[in-house]
Amino acid sequence: MKRILVGIKRVVDYNVRIRIKPDGSGVLTDGVKMSVNPFDEIALEEALRIKERGAAEEVVVVTVGPADCQPQLRTCLAMGADRALHVQTDTALEPLATAGVLRSLIEREQPFLVLLGKQAIDDDNGQTGQMLAALWDRPQATFASKIELTEEKARVTREVDAGLETLEIDLPAVVTVDLRLNEPRYVKLPDIMKAKKKPLETLTLESLGVTPRTQLKTLRHEPPAQRSKGVRVNDAAELLAALKQKGLL
Amino acid sequence: MSQNILIVAEHDGRTLSVATAKCVACAATVPDAALTVVVCAADTATLSQQAAALAGVGTVLTVEHPVHAHPLAAAIAPQIAALAGPYTHVFGPSSTFGKDLMPRIAALLKTVQVSDIMAIESATRFRRPIYAGNAIITVEVLDGAQVVGTVRTASFQPAAAGGSARIEAASPLIEPPSHTRFVSVSAARSDRPDLQTAARVVSGGRALGSAENFQLLYGLADTLGAAVGASRAAVDAGYAPNELQVGQTGKIIAPELYIAIGISGAIQHLTGIKDARTIVAINKDPDAPIFEIADFGLVGDLFEIVPQLQKLLG
Ligand SMILES: Cc1cc2nc3c(=O)[nH]c(=O)nc-3n(C[C@@H](O)[C@H](O)[C@H](O)COP(=O)(O)OP(=O)(O)OC[C@H]3O[C@@H](n4cnc5c(N)ncnc54)[C@H](O)[C@@H]3O)c2cc1C
Ligand SMILES: Cc1cc2nc3c(=O)[nH]c(=O)nc-3n(C[C@H](O)[C@H](O)[C@H](O)COP(=O)(O)OP(=O)(O)OC[C@H]3O[C@@H](n4cnc5c(N)ncnc54)[C@H](O)[C@@H]3O)c2cc1C
Repeated sequence: MKRILVGIKRVVDYNVRIRIKPDGSGVLTDGVKMSVNPFDEIALEEALRIKERGAAEEVVVVTVGPADCQPQLRTCLAMGADRALHVQTDTALEPLATAGVLRSLIEREQPFLVLLGKQAIDDDNGQTGQMLAALWDRPQATFASKIELTEEKARVTREVDAGLETLEIDLPAVVTVDLRLNEPRYVKLPDIMKAKKKPLETLTLESLGVTPRTQLKTLRHEPPAQRSKGVRVNDAAELLAALKQKGLL
Repeated sequence: MSQNILIVAEHDGRTLSVATAKCVACAATVPDAALTVVVCAADTATLSQQAAALAGVGTVLTVEHPVHAHPLAAAIAPQIAALAGPYTHVFGPSSTFGKDLMPRIAALLKTVQVSDIMAIESATRFRRPIYAGNAIITVEVLDGAQVVGTVRTASFQPAAAGGSARIEAASPLIEPPSHTRFVSVSAARSDRPDLQTAARVVSGGRALGSAENFQLLYGLADTLGAAVGASRAAVDAGYAPNELQVGQTGKIIAPELYIAIGISGAIQHLTGIKDARTIVAINKDPDAPIFEIADFGLVGDLFEIVPQLQKLLG
């Protein structure tokens, strides 16, 4: 079966203004809206479009995280994914460990393409896809804004600092997606009902033979330095005068 | 214990990027550290000399192979991993080059990566932003693990010139894989200053309304000797090319002067400009969030104000 595996992470919704716990031990997440990482929605949308044009037969979404990640997996099933895998763990995995979990699922699922987001908008690490490609010893194409597939190859346009770069990679491969790849579809109510009947399998780290290592400890969280409040100027001339006075012009 | 840091050079084949000089400056703040820069290129002759001239660098390693004419992570990562044995840290810039490459190196070394290092507290302790810069965390690398890091370049000034490092050919050399091939890069070459290093940036948002109107900003930028930037909305709408995007998923910049025109100030945009010395906002909505962080705010219609600025500067 021609299969695409899509990595999904549950994150604090991008519209939420996060607050740091008074004791600096973390970010307040109680009662905060959680969503699918926006990049992962784009990855899933791309997988669905590939399937819809007949270049794949099955789209499988996977998340690694605690029990309450399941609503996000259901959202993905409602969007159109065929099946969901939930690797359930209460341990906070580091990107290398998450990549290790995905690597072991690749063994099981044998996808020809793995799509991930280019970064998770909470931890902003941007590591998992590249690490997975290394552990799998397969090509990677990060920050994709266009993916063209043939039988054995993919041509991927990447958003890089210089502009747009195109790579050709052999499949199977890992592609991480950028914002302009596509616009994810909205989920319709009947699809939410249908998604309840789609398979969602729960796995454990032990069953996959993964023992995560912890190599990093977060010591404290702090708010960023605040910029001091500025002044209003009334017109263009006043603005230029103010900038000149500051030695900026 | 003394530290031994390997820095992966970024370049365009001819010139070392400023980001590399900033990585060197960052690495130099690790106490008691020896610094080595590794240059992977098709021709390393002039690049290695540029690296050797950076203050603080002790050794430059060269890796010459035709595949390194373009920066392919799949080709560079195994090479760096093969050289990394003696080093306590491997650093690269938090540019698209480094973001693509460094995690692949970390995984080959089976070690941890610290992304977007904005300050170094010790050889094992680093500060980095999360949640689009809305929180700063301090992390500790445990159990003497080798540290792979990307350096948030906006947090560091480039290392000065004046170094005289020894240049050596690296060994062993690794035969790169053939599964990843460079096809093309469409870089809009321009005579304007580079967005990432410019002292002044004029940036436009959705309010510009069209690619033609965006030319207004190019005019103002040229008068000011400034680079041009854009919000995601402006890039998505096709008013400006993707390499101009500033923000969480675009470029993080730290110019002396940033002029935001018709940009609302979403957190994802603001995270890209927090380190600018002076921020100017021009927006017709007096309640636009951009005014909360602007040093100088001007409420009004950009289509009137920008031509006025042009005229006054003219
Ligand atoms: C202290 C701490 C607490 C954490 N708590 C949680 C939590 O409550 N819930 C939770 O889901 N994660 C949690 N994690 C996240 C952890 O499991 C991440 O998956 C891992 O750190 C990857 O880093 P990143 O999220 O920055 O991913 P990046 O490398 O930025 O992510 C890139 C892409 O990789 C894929 N990906 C990332 N993580 C996952 C995942 N877990 N499952 C499937 N695909 C993924 C996505 O496609 C994503 O777009 C926590 C991590 C830490 C360090
Ligand atoms: C995961 C994720 C990542 C993102 N990454 C980025 C990123 O890297 N960079 C980024 O910029 N955004 C990013 N965004 C998008 C961000 O949330 C905003 O949508 C975007 O920045 C808005 O762009 P804007 O300010 O140009 O448009 P708008 O928010 O539409 O603002 C337009 C502004 O122009 C003003 N205006 C209108 N007409 C005039 C006029 N004639 N004269 C003066 N002012 C006028 C309006 O008052 C308004 O404030 C990201 C979003 C997500 C979800």
